[in-house]
Amino acid sequence: MEPVSSAELEALRLSLEVATRSVAFSLPLAVLVAWILTRARFPGRTLFDAFVHLPLVLPPVAVGYLLLLLLGAQAPLGRWLHAHFGIQLPFTTAGAALATAVMTFPLMVRAMRLSLENVDRGLEAAARTLGARPLDRFLTITLPLMLPGILAGALTAFAAGLGEFGAVITFAANIPGVTRTLPLALYTAMQSPDGDPLALRLAILSFALGLAGLLGAEVLVRRVRRLLGR
Amino acid sequence: MLRVSLLKRRPEFTLAAAFVAPTPGVIALFGRSGSGKTTLVDMIAGLLPPDEGEVHLAGTVLTDTRARIAVAPERRRIGYVFQDSRLFPHLTAAGNLRYGEKRARSVPHSIRFEEVVDLLGLAPLLSRRPHELSGGERQRVALGRALLSQPQLLLLDEPLASLDVARREEVLPYLERLRDWLAIPMVYVSHQFEEVLRLATYIVLLEEGRVLAAGTVAEISLRPELRSILAPDLVGAVLDGLVTGVDAAGGTAELAVGSGKLQVSLRDVPLGARVRVQLLARDIILAIQPIEGLSVRNALLGTVTEVTPEMLASVLVKVDVGGPIVLARITEGARAALRLAPGDAVWALVKAVSTRGHAFRL
Repeated sequence: MEPVSSAELEALRLSLEVATRSVAFSLPLAVLVAWILTRARFPGRTLFDAFVHLPLVLPPVAVGYLLLLLLGAQAPLGRWLHAHFGIQLPFTTAGAALATAVMTFPLMVRAMRLSLENVDRGLEAAARTLGARPLDRFLTITLPLMLPGILAGALTAFAAGLGEFGAVITFAANIPGVTRTLPLALYTAMQSPDGDPLALRLAILSFALGLAGLLGAEVLVRRVRRLLGR
Repeated sequence: MLRVSLLKRRPEFTLAAAFVAPTPGVIALFGRSGSGKTTLVDMIAGLLPPDEGEVHLAGTVLTDTRARIAVAPERRRIGYVFQDSRLFPHLTAAGNLRYGEKRARSVPHSIRFEEVVDLLGLAPLLSRRPHELSGGERQRVALGRALLSQPQLLLLDEPLASLDVARREEVLPYLERLRDWLAIPMVYVSHQFEEVLRLATYIVLLEEGRVLAAGTVAEISLRPELRSILAPDLVGAVLDGLVTGVDAAGGTAELAVGSGKLQVSLRDVPLGARVRVQLLARDIILAIQPIEGLSVRNALLGTVTEVTPEMLASVLVKVDVGGPIVLARITEGARAALRLAPGDAVWALVKAVSTRGHAFRL
């Protein structure tokens, strides 16, 4: 086999970039949504919960298509973003990151919710008696205690985001160097007559990357837990 | 002064409790588990909203449901030491101690970090995390954390309940020090009379969500309501007296009690100190004439004021020993043989070794 080609490196770099940007974008939002779903009581909560989890059960292509309908160059919201902020999402790396973020969002929220449910409310009450107001309490007590879940959620979403295919190809297309991430490059290689060796190498790379991500997540979460004394 | 009048309805139980207690001092909320003690302190802290009622502390309104006043817990300046310590696991002991201190910036700091570390012996623990501390150490850090938030009232909800007897001894002396050296009013929740005896200056008796009785420890020790809660062997009058003599070699001190003197087991106590002692009713011997040739060190002359039948053919005799009252439990047979009745003069005898004095500075 030939040495690692520039196409592979390009796909790897793009996958890492897309996954990183998608996590960075969805992290604060996921913390907020996890908090709302765990702590807030309001009418329509169940519906909101279902809506957040929708990407888990929808075909990824459908999600990509919905994003196109919403943010495409002809869609009102897409046009508005472009006119006011010069932001164009379809067929861009940012768009690929957004599609990935939407797909991995429920994974992230789930992990965070679990850890938030495990936060002892008694500790928050103790912080209250010590003079901590709501935001102060959240930042100094709740958030640090949620940290294992936040890390687990972010890393799982990152690992899953490296391989997002359907939503990315639908919303951001398969543009070399822009949106052709690892799975898209793999798919492209499989389509070309003599692409088998490349496809195999890309598949192995994806496999190794995914495994490293999950193992890394586990190790990190364990460390943080130990730091928290659990 | 702490004035509390609160109502909370729960499906299985209603709490309707009112009391007024002097401050500073240690107010014990004493009652069996399930009598509503924790519910009551949670409402004083503001963590649990009452259905109706008021909480006033030193002239400040903290809760008044009629006037729709409910000061948030974070603004009450009420320190709370929980049964399960509730130290923040992601912070060191020092971080926990500083947490409340940092957030009390707007009030003058009368309690300093070094002072608390010194008073509670926390210096070797500062860099440790909560999971590296023993139960007793954890409670001491929790106590320090609450103190450093510069509270105007300290709530302690059975702070020793999760500790074994030996660990309790690790914490109790520190609580006594706090009471004696910091003039912070405390509300101490307990179902252990021993703790109340050592710490409290005022008792509020709780039973099924109601206040059965409230008063000084000496007053309450004579009340039948306390006897309904206490194990029979723990019944006995509590006397407060001043040290008039010290026998360092013998390990005893002499107290002036009423018109008499009382020798009690107590070491390291200066002349003039205030000492509390409980004379257990089962340890008191009554005599209708002076007795000689006995090893008993204490004979207090008094007058029988009341004879109350108890269960199991025993009677409880109240003896006025010149102001203070002593309770003696004797069998009905012994009472009949001595023909004891109110108005009779008796000597109450008690061995010095059956008494244990507790020094108070207040």
